[in-house]
Amino acid sequence: MKATVRIMLKTGVLDPQGKAIEHALAALGFSGVGEVRQGKLITLELDETDSDRAREKVREMCEKLLANTVIEDYEIGIGE
Amino acid sequence: MKSAVILFPGINRENDMARALKMASGKTPEMIWHTETELPRGLDLIVIPGGFSYGDYLRCGAIAARSPVMRAVAGAAGRGVKVLGVCNGFQILTETGLLPGALMRNAGLRFVCETVELSVENAATFFTSTVKKGDVLPCPVAHHDGNYFADAETIKRLEGEGRVVFRYANGTNPNGSINDIAGIINEAGNVIGMMPHPEDRVEALHGGAECAPLFHSIAGEAVA
Repeated sequence: MKATVRIMLKTGVLDPQGKAIEHALAALGFSGVGEVRQGKLITLELDETDSDRAREKVREMCEKLLANTVIEDYEIGIGE
Repeated sequence: MKSAVILFPGINRENDMARALKMASGKTPEMIWHTETELPRGLDLIVIPGGFSYGDYLRCGAIAARSPVMRAVAGAAGRGVKVLGVCNGFQILTETGLLPGALMRNAGLRFVCETVELSVENAATFFTSTVKKGDVLPCPVAHHDGNYFADAETIKRLEGEGRVVFRYANGTNPNGSINDIAGIINEAGNVIGMMPHPEDRVEALHGGAECAPLFHSIAGEAVA
């Protein structure tokens, strides 16, 4: 079973990389772009076949390693 | 003073650190590889030096913080052994949870390699007992992720309890750290983390020895 983890800086935490992208887009002439924030996407191949158990396992991985919850939020997606 | 320097793949400042410790204490620290599960007995001080452990993959210090030796370091810290983390070492200590907050990408997005002015904010710690509060020391920095961040409540506690040990002074904050924070200490008073590299300002060849007293503080404290 596949799982994805989407990790973003928490709302309110300044994201200088997002800001730099925002400025670069403006410099390229793209108008109408509001705040830009960037993050990371991690994909995992799991042996698990039960999606609830898979989600719980990935949640533990996020808490222990994949995200730093001082500054980051995570969202788990479970696929086939 | 019996000290140990912890090594991870990608750490590259261990020799400068070992030299500064030897100069101050007369004793060469033991080098401990990250796969060790136990530390030598009778350590007074554990140092996690700077570098780029595991290539800064995932987050700076994240992989190193989960390695076997860090469980031993956390155990020793819990028993009161002094721990100093510099640069990547500071990042590793926050990732381990031994110090609060996180080190984020520099606000200017650029790797900074320069000499900052470091003001001593708390002179009652094991690393600052031979300097005075308000002293300003020139000190090199070299990092890409040194922007100290913690939630408002944590910052308020750190400030209120005098746990900011060093601050960037005179407009030399190179990375956007909240309140110009350059180094902090834990609640128990035995774990310090800082982004600047005091071990690189301890002899004439470095351009000055202004940070040497910090290492004399450690050497004196550890035998006291």
